[in-house]
Amino acid sequence: MSDTLPAPPAPAPPGRRVSGVPIRLEEVTKRYPGQDRPAVDSVSLDVAAGETVMFVGPSGCGKTTLLKMVNRLIEPSDGRIHLGDEDVTTQDPDRLRRRIGYVIQAGGLFPHMTVGTNVGMVPRMLGWEKARVAGRIDELLDLVGLDPDVYRDRYPKELSGGQQQRVGVARALAADPPVLLMDEPFGAVDPITRQRLQDELLRIQEELGKTIVFVTHDFDEAVKLGDRIVVFDVGARIVQYDTPEAILADPAEEYVADFVGAGATLKQLTLTRVHSLQLRQVTTASIGDDAAGAVARARAAGDDFVVVLDRRDRPISWPTLAEVSRMSAIPDTVDERLPVVGLQSTLNDALDTMLAASQGGAVVLGRRDGLAGIVSIETIMEAIQRARRETAG
Amino acid sequence: MWDFVVDRRGQIAYQAFQHVSLVVQCVLLGTVIALVLAALVYRSAAATSLANAVSAVGLTVPAFALLGILLAPFGFGITPAVIAVTFYAALPVLRNAVVGLAGVDGALIESARGMGMSRPATLLRVELPLAWPVILAGVRVSTQMVMGIAAIAAYVLGPGLGGFIFTGLSRLGGANSLNSALVGTIAIVLLALVLDLLLLLLGRLTTPRGIRV
Repeated sequence: MSDTLPAPPAPAPPGRRVSGVPIRLEEVTKRYPGQDRPAVDSVSLDVAAGETVMFVGPSGCGKTTLLKMVNRLIEPSDGRIHLGDEDVTTQDPDRLRRRIGYVIQAGGLFPHMTVGTNVGMVPRMLGWEKARVAGRIDELLDLVGLDPDVYRDRYPKELSGGQQQRVGVARALAADPPVLLMDEPFGAVDPITRQRLQDELLRIQEELGKTIVFVTHDFDEAVKLGDRIVVFDVGARIVQYDTPEAILADPAEEYVADFVGAGATLKQLTLTRVHSLQLRQVTTASIGDDAAGAVARARAAGDDFVVVLDRRDRPISWPTLAEVSRMSAIPDTVDERLPVVGLQSTLNDALDTMLAASQGGAVVLGRRDGLAGIVSIETIMEAIQRARRETAG
Repeated sequence: MWDFVVDRRGQIAYQAFQHVSLVVQCVLLGTVIALVLAALVYRSAAATSLANAVSAVGLTVPAFALLGILLAPFGFGITPAVIAVTFYAALPVLRNAVVGLAGVDGALIESARGMGMSRPATLLRVELPLAWPVILAGVRVSTQMVMGIAAIAAYVLGPGLGGFIFTGLSRLGGANSLNSALVGTIAIVLLALVLDLLLLLLGRLTTPRGIRV
């Protein structure tokens, strides 16, 4: 038996939208034949409705097994599982899974079906009408930042890794399940794409308020995405279950401290979010606008560049005034190297993005990838220094 | 030989139709049987290797011998011919279906199960479509092979172009005997090519764009 710590799930902060239901695991155990130690040893855990709980721990500690027992892809040997007020331990697993979104690495999209068909899978299984499914597909692609008219009829192989992962999230959310299970979903993409996917997940979660259980081996990811983090040891023993701030400030055991890593002085980098900074508002221009007019507006506002927005108000480039003055109209060129971060990005992400693009600032995206403002490297440095003074004093 | 063909064009066309009809129907039946068997065995490693062994050994059974054995219970006629041709048609499809189903990415099956797709639905909507190109390759091999085997079925007085070959061979040296055997053989080769083209076309039409290479 492991001494599981009773979970302390406080209700979600007021004002936040919650569409999820709580998950309660009671002494859940998984034994595999021929192994003397259970893979998951009598784990009890409460996840509050609308919270994102991150499972971290060394590989083979049973965190993935525990996750898969929630939707019973792995049948528990012992224990009870509750979703909301319902005991789902003996419910028909197929019907249970249609109420639980499931996202795996690389999205797990069906290559022989279009993006739209993939996303509409669960609604169709639930017997929704055609028109309703079609509407839902467009709504979800829009939610994950993919233009439905462009991507609906494409096949997964025609998408980048990050786009496939977005579709995977859209598919999991299709039937509006109260619970989302994510098994190292962003493990197979490059760091910049991963950071953007994380930002998007935070934005979506802010809109929807699902109950999310997320397995990762990356502690920084856990700190960034989690309302709470569960640190596991072998046998899925819960070593610590608390908010990221509390775990960083006060690791329960040496083991957690090792896992979390040192670098305590720079904790603010992962704990502080871009939205807590003062963002700079800048002059914007739309594709096709008169260039001279845009330059005049920027000069009047004291800006030395403009941010170009596409037809859906998403920033696509930030030419300097010198560049703009050489053109007659604002072009639709997409700057692939444009450094972008989300409101929920950590200062760590923001610095990373700026360094990767060799820029002294980054564009901050808000709702539906619209422009929220500009964050500069000076603002970030100030925030770090202020936080360090506070901890010191 | 040209006169031979012109003189007997009605008979040749009729036997060619019979031949193709026998092959197409037996391949269809064999494919269905093979798919059902593959669906039954592909999830068990032991059953899979058994199925592979059966399809490998089955192909080494000489067609002549099998037809001879089938004569005893069924007598001459269509029945032994259909059984033998279907037997050989099913084997390559079975092997390819098992290999194709085993080759489906486990993550996709997990993701299908994870979204609440039942076992049969996963097989029909995910595994079979993804294994389809491999299965169809088996069907093409199988069709080519049984075009020849169906000729031997003439030995038990089954329908088809085999009749020309056997008649020719039995009267070797007689008038038109060589012509008869040649016409049967060439017609079979030509029809095999036509069928293969049709199957290629079928593959193009039935393989979803997302998994076409």
